[in-house]
Amino acid sequence: MKHKNFKTWLLAVVAVLGCASPGRAQDLPQEIRIGWAISRTGSYAGGASTTVIPNYEMWKADLEKAGGLEVGGKKIPVKFFEYDDRSSSEEAVRAVERLISHDKVDFVLPPWGTAMNLAVGPILDRYGYPHLATTMISDRMPELRDRWQNIFFFTLTSSDYAKGVVDLLSKMRTEGQIQGKVAVVNVADQFGIEMVKAGREALVKAGFQLVYESSYPMGTQEFQSTLSEVKRRQPDVFLAFSYPPDTLALNDQARAVGFNPKVFYTAIGTAFPVFKERLGANAQGVLGLGGVSAELPVTRAYRERHRQMFKQEADYNGSAVTYATLQVLAQAIAHTRSVDRKTVSLDIRTGVFDTVIGKFRLKNRIWSEASLVGQWQDGVFQPVAPDQAIGVKPIHTPKPPWKP
Amino acid sequence: MRRGQAWGVVLGLLVLGALAVLPLLPWVDSGYAVSMAINLLMYVVLATAWALFSGSGGHVSLATAAFFGLGSYVVAVLGGDMAWPWVLACAALACALVAAFVGLATLRLHGVYFVIFSFGLAEFIRQFVIWYEANVSGSVGRYVFLDISQAQILWQLCALTLLLFVLGWWLVRSRLGLAMRMMGDDELVARHCGVNTTRAKLLVFAFSAVFMGLAGAVMAPRWTYIDPNIAFNPMVSFQTLIMALLGGASRLHGPLLGVFPLVLLFEYLWTSFPNHYSILLGLSFLLIVYLLPKGVLGWFDRVARGGPA
Repeated sequence: MKHKNFKTWLLAVVAVLGCASPGRAQDLPQEIRIGWAISRTGSYAGGASTTVIPNYEMWKADLEKAGGLEVGGKKIPVKFFEYDDRSSSEEAVRAVERLISHDKVDFVLPPWGTAMNLAVGPILDRYGYPHLATTMISDRMPELRDRWQNIFFFTLTSSDYAKGVVDLLSKMRTEGQIQGKVAVVNVADQFGIEMVKAGREALVKAGFQLVYESSYPMGTQEFQSTLSEVKRRQPDVFLAFSYPPDTLALNDQARAVGFNPKVFYTAIGTAFPVFKERLGANAQGVLGLGGVSAELPVTRAYRERHRQMFKQEADYNGSAVTYATLQVLAQAIAHTRSVDRKTVSLDIRTGVFDTVIGKFRLKNRIWSEASLVGQWQDGVFQPVAPDQAIGVKPIHTPKPPWKP
Repeated sequence: MRRGQAWGVVLGLLVLGALAVLPLLPWVDSGYAVSMAINLLMYVVLATAWALFSGSGGHVSLATAAFFGLGSYVVAVLGGDMAWPWVLACAALACALVAAFVGLATLRLHGVYFVIFSFGLAEFIRQFVIWYEANVSGSVGRYVFLDISQAQILWQLCALTLLLFVLGWWLVRSRLGLAMRMMGDDELVARHCGVNTTRAKLLVFAFSAVFMGLAGAVMAPRWTYIDPNIAFNPMVSFQTLIMALLGGASRLHGPLLGVFPLVLLFEYLWTSFPNHYSILLGLSFLLIVYLLPKGVLGWFDRVARGGPA
């Protein structure tokens, strides 16, 4: 414990020294090079083009308009590099190696998704690049954090998200809004399995009765028979640990079979703009994973800019966080008056940043102030749990029946 | 030896010379050049192993990704528990067993039936692994934390390439190689001449599968995280096939002549046109098959004979 404290102090001192030292304008480079490899094509393209790519493009446009990144009061132009990893780990690894040793970039922005972030993790670590992981959810995050000293997490573990839902359910049961019957389905990949494992444990511990449980392979689009079976068991609560395409299909088909539980939860993709476009008024009351409040003035301004630029709303979970991490990076460069990766990483660890989701500070390299569960309420996806999440709203129950 | 053939040999020797230099790369450049070389050697192994079976026997296989993925999966499962050589041995054994098992059941298929079957095999193995991991191990993705550097991966691939060429050279000149060539010309005749065609095909199929699996196993430590969709990526099968076809699958050094230009071409397309890469890739596939149906080697032969270029 003492040892840890000493380390923290040392880091703080170094960071303060870094901030306080006078700007060495002569050391500053002529340009700053920033690159990323992301899934423009392949199976991860949907998530990448909803949550990450628009934010990189917006930031790029912002910096071009501003004349570059500010370092020590001076604007330094930024040169950008982009590659398509085609949703393949090997391509992602090669692209990042190319960015680092061929294009000689000063910073690498992360790819989309758990698998891609894990693929590029070791290279970024080896070369000491800060790794701002925004779209990666894994139960091994604590272990990875110990392993890679410059990784920063802007999400929580799968178990956290699953337990968040169950805690919310327990609260609702205490308040008499629901009884104890729960049905669970999950997508059979790492994320879905981690979620269902933690969820099942928490449900059993909280004394809920699991009336249905099954998994389905990734890419499944046909759920009518499953949902009919679930409906027959009359659960109060339906939980789906799902991915964007199945999230939409589950909601559509629950309406088709007339399955109207009091609580309807789907995971990734519920907070996406396409969800509201597809479901319209039927989105009302559906619960989903995550949720960043859209109500801060800064967040509202960001969302408006996003809408104007891409004719598409930002999602209510990862979008604003992704843009915020870019601001964190820019401000760390400005604070430290440096593009030295070590110095910048130290500043990200300890600094406080002004972002589109408000004041931003990492604790132990994790940011955990977003909510675990959100809900569509009158056309906006609002955070509803846990109670200490930023901008949290009371939950609306029961979910109104699907309209035809 | 005809003039075209001589050119083929000269080019082949040049490429082999280039291969000999690759292991020295880590001392010159630690990053991108090594990663390029790794990519290159991976496809050299895959395309050459592919051509050993498909080139002479006439069975076009799209199962490369199945064995490549199997090899990397073995590393994901056993990597942390065993010494590295044993892990590689297990990967080779797993691929040999699967190839033998599958081969016994299916090597009587011909032509398009075998193509579709082999493609289905890769998909089947992928879905089976997903099912097994989800229902039995309770975790689909696996983490690979092995302290194997990029340079070590490159050296292993060099060794694998060398081994493949030595054994391949021996295989082509053996009775087995002769039997394979005979079957490629006419399987019925071969059978009438007393060749046990199923046994011959089975042995060569397993041989090629072992090398594909070893390539996958050697590559696996490059990715921290493996799941079935990553390991059994069908693009690996397609790219291997097109590289072998471009070079010429009928001779051992043929695929080399396809791997080098195509790896460089794909790299150029990928870095210069990141947003249109897939379209250009498809277009280059079409052009290769249309303009060089017999590959670079066949083209040399034709030029030597004075035919149209």
